Amino acid sequence: MPINTQPVTINLGPQHPSTHGVFRLRVTFDGEQVIDVEPVFGYLHRGTEKLAEERNYVQIVTLTDRLDYVAAMTNNLAYVRTVESLTGIEVPERGMYLRVISSELQRIASHLIATGFLLDELGAFHTPLIYCFRERERILEMFEMLCGARITVSYMRPGGVLQDAPTDFWPRLDDFLTSMPGYLDELEGLITENEVVLARTRDLGILSAQDAINASITGPVLRATGVQWDLRKAEPHEVYDRLDFDVPIGSVGDTFDRYYVRIQEIRQSLRMIQQCVAQIEPGPVRSKAPYFIRPDSVDAYVGTESPKGELGFYIVSDGGISPYRMHIRAPSFINLTVLRELLIGWKLADLIVIFGSLDIVVGEVDR
Amino acid sequence: MYGLGLVKGLMVTAKNLVLPSRMMTVQYPNRKVGLLGLSKATGVPLPKLLLKDPITSVKSLLGMAEVKESLPQHPRFRGEEFSWYEQRCTGCASCAKYCPLGIIEIVTSESGDQMQEGQKYHLDKFDIDIGRCMFCGLCVEACPYDALHMGSGFEEGTYRRQDLVIDKRKLVSAKKTPSTWFRPQLASKKYDPHKGKNVKWDGAGRHEKPSLEQQQEKWAKR
Amino acid sequence: MTEILILRSGFDFNGIYGFFDEFMPDSLDWLVFLITSLILAIVIINAVVLSTALLTWFERRLLGRFQSRLGPNRWGPFGLLQPIADLVSLLTKEDTIPEGADKPIFTLAPIVFLAPALIVFSVIPLHGGSFLGNLNVGLIFVIAITSINTLAVFMAGWSSLNKYAMFGAMRAVAMLISYEIPMGITVVAVALVAQTLGLSDVVLAQDIPYILVMPLAFLVFITAASAEMSRTPFDLIESDSELGAGYHTEYSGAKFALLQLTEFMAPIIVAALVTTLFLSGWRGYGPIPGPVWFVIKTFIVLFGFVWIRASWPRLRVDQIMGLAWKGLLPLSIINLFVVAIEVFIFNPGENGLSTTDLWIMTGVNWGVTIIAIFAIFNLLGQSKSERPVPVISPLANMYANTNTVKKITDLAEAE
Ligand code: SF4
Ligand code: SF4
Repeated sequence: MPINTQPVTINLGPQHPSTHGVFRLRVTFDGEQVIDVEPVFGYLHRGTEKLAEERNYVQIVTLTDRLDYVAAMTNNLAYVRTVESLTGIEVPERGMYLRVISSELQRIASHLIATGFLLDELGAFHTPLIYCFRERERILEMFEMLCGARITVSYMRPGGVLQDAPTDFWPRLDDFLTSMPGYLDELEGLITENEVVLARTRDLGILSAQDAINASITGPVLRATGVQWDLRKAEPHEVYDRLDFDVPIGSVGDTFDRYYVRIQEIRQSLRMIQQCVAQIEPGPVRSKAPYFIRPDSVDAYVGTESPKGELGFYIVSDGGISPYRMHIRAPSFINLTVLRELLIGWKLADLIVIFGSLDIVVGEVDR
Repeated sequence: MYGLGLVKGLMVTAKNLVLPSRMMTVQYPNRKVGLLGLSKATGVPLPKLLLKDPITSVKSLLGMAEVKESLPQHPRFRGEEFSWYEQRCTGCASCAKYCPLGIIEIVTSESGDQMQEGQKYHLDKFDIDIGRCMFCGLCVEACPYDALHMGSGFEEGTYRRQDLVIDKRKLVSAKKTPSTWFRPQLASKKYDPHKGKNVKWDGAGRHEKPSLEQQQEKWAKR
Repeated sequence: MTEILILRSGFDFNGIYGFFDEFMPDSLDWLVFLITSLILAIVIINAVVLSTALLTWFERRLLGRFQSRLGPNRWGPFGLLQPIADLVSLLTKEDTIPEGADKPIFTLAPIVFLAPALIVFSVIPLHGGSFLGNLNVGLIFVIAITSINTLAVFMAGWSSLNKYAMFGAMRAVAMLISYEIPMGITVVAVALVAQTLGLSDVVLAQDIPYILVMPLAFLVFITAASAEMSRTPFDLIESDSELGAGYHTEYSGAKFALLQLTEFMAPIIVAALVTTLFLSGWRGYGPIPGPVWFVIKTFIVLFGFVWIRASWPRLRVDQIMGLAWKGLLPLSIINLFVVAIEVFIFNPGENGLSTTDLWIMTGVNWGVTIIAIFAIFNLLGQSKSERPVPVISPLANMYANTNTVKKITDLAEAE
């Protein structure tokens, strides 16, 4: 006797523990198997691009904090670099070093969150997550020293950074740099060799290099496929050309590689910060830039390597004090283009894990 | 391999179980303490504590006595209660203009009183709707006279949204513990707002307050 | 007077029944039976619920420490009153039934879920005997009663008209039934060595704790048991990151409290069973009385459960089924086979196996365990953990626009 079966359609999200905010996936299941996925987004749309048209160039910095809200520093950096390329404002040396230090710290924090939540989605009862948050907490405390806030930092300004680091910042940073590798080893001991993690993530959701490039994917997700592409090396900005670091890549392009590339990138970031601390010299941190910037050029696009991928700002100016149009190339959003192809054929539990390994932040997807 | 990775994971969690230094959370706003912890926290020696406050001592034996605790904050923390000095404010409304959200409302009128240097508006209204504020600090950055400073605390919860509008009366009477954020003059004095010391209006400025002789000299030259 | 009597006759069904029977006429036997049952029910329910409340506190506190945070600490000393606060909060919440739910089944499910857990407690021997006296088919009773849970989970998931709950329920049925098989087979091995089916007699037969005699059986049992109570790494019935809450997604208020209560009761039951079957129950050394030993051992097992919960992620549904059928079932059969041969060779008489026999068995079984586990791991492909060396894809060259071409040659040399 044939058994009548029919596919089940489930709304995963917008309120779901594992959708990284308010993201909605309409998934059709055959049993536990995913046969169709339709991402629905826009639940966190705040009209950042439109809001930017009514604010002057400094005020927009506060908007960029809220794009990828776990990596505000790199958002700031991407934005102010665009404004600088639009206007030709110079940045003093120390300002550049402080920018690199803070954005690499932010990269560590963001990757820690990605790792922690990936493990949470794998079902580890919050332990790796809380260990990750514990280390991230120390970074956030340092951000508080730099700029008075922990998440929405608004630290960078066109022409440098807001203010110099306080004297007690440097011992804290040294302390962090010395202890972090040990903590990272410990975290890896909990995850990297764990059989359950390996069984769950290995060869799961494989993305080929070809597909990744065709879909314009950037960041750790791209590097996990074996493509060595990092804007910090490809178009060195700030002081990245003075720093010695590797660009880790993955071997297969599966979920485990995406996790492991992030862990290796944390180590590289620590290396970079160490070199920055050794190289930084006293001096001004912010060049004299007018508060109301009136750019001469018409438009500029600058892409910056944010923790999620290439975060680009495209600004069109009509010479006024606020942009005529601002467009954000959000890496989280563009990395989602392969979501459907990645998910189909896997099980419900894998769906959550693959989705988590892409590491999106809905604030950036919906903007 | 062969389950050794699982055992390694168990060891990591065990290490975190036995090492108290790994603990990162604090009990906020009150910490429950035992008897020894109580005498340490209050600074009262143990025998004296037992004699003076037996009820609390018994409570603390059950681990139920409480002492205040919160995470340490850097003096630069951009906190909630703005510190605003009426004496310094000229009513120029730069802060209102620079605020990305437009939540500072300033109404001024001619005051007519001649200050020593230039004129000053009379401030009829100075409202900050901190219910919508994002504490970006651009207003503080903009203030040319160091009249507006970020605050240092964050415990200003209220039950109604109107209460979150801090008006001139509240601003004047509020505790003046400004954050050292974007105020290098305070930071260079090693000022820590979390110690609770108030800063007077003449101590918050970028420049030292001119002495009487200097002022007279300046006036004499005019 | 009563106290002495209860103590002398043992606090079990027969004891209480005998106590009341003494001064009741024979025609009122049914009343005596009723009173006895009621007393027992009250005692069991209170004991179980209290210990469950304590366990929730213990688990949350310990998990907190594992995760370098504090755990509940607000209510009462060290947060000890937290379970009560939770209970009050749950009971005062509105008890909603979703529209379109199958109301009778929806309401019945928590009760069906709770009842077997309570019943199992009545046969666990705390010292010499259990509440029900020394039930001579205790092992079979326990295995039979605990499998009712499957039904309750499915009732809850099916009736609440929620797709997540349905997913949880379907997973539960598949998983719980699969894991009952290896569990049952290991229990048979235990019964074979102990030469009895009564739980108290199993304890009495353990001159050496069976964890030493049959390590393989212990491993299989504890794995299957943690699957049975759906704890990490087998917690896919209510996997919170996938299904929200699984089968109890739609439950709230008092019904949810009942479900949670049972869920936290399950570790206690399993820990008590493990203690009875493998850790020689209440038997211990020195002046410490039996029940205390029993509680200590149970707590050690519970600690292990919490430790594992704090450390490991969850397996996927097909991997869990694979583990049951490809891993645990063969292991349990190997164990049964080896034990059966040994028992056949030693041929115990009336008094069961002697200590020397047990020691010999211990040696043999440890060897078998190690070989079997290695074999199974190799068969399941765990040894193939080598990953290919990362190769830089030729599709993109990030040094194209920069002056750092030297780097690329460096990298080539390094490889
Ligand atoms: S802190 Fe920012 S949002 Fe708040 S009042 Fe000042 S400028 Fe406006
Ligand atoms: S910018 Fe400063 S001086 Fe001007 S109105 Fe605001 S607080 Fe007063």
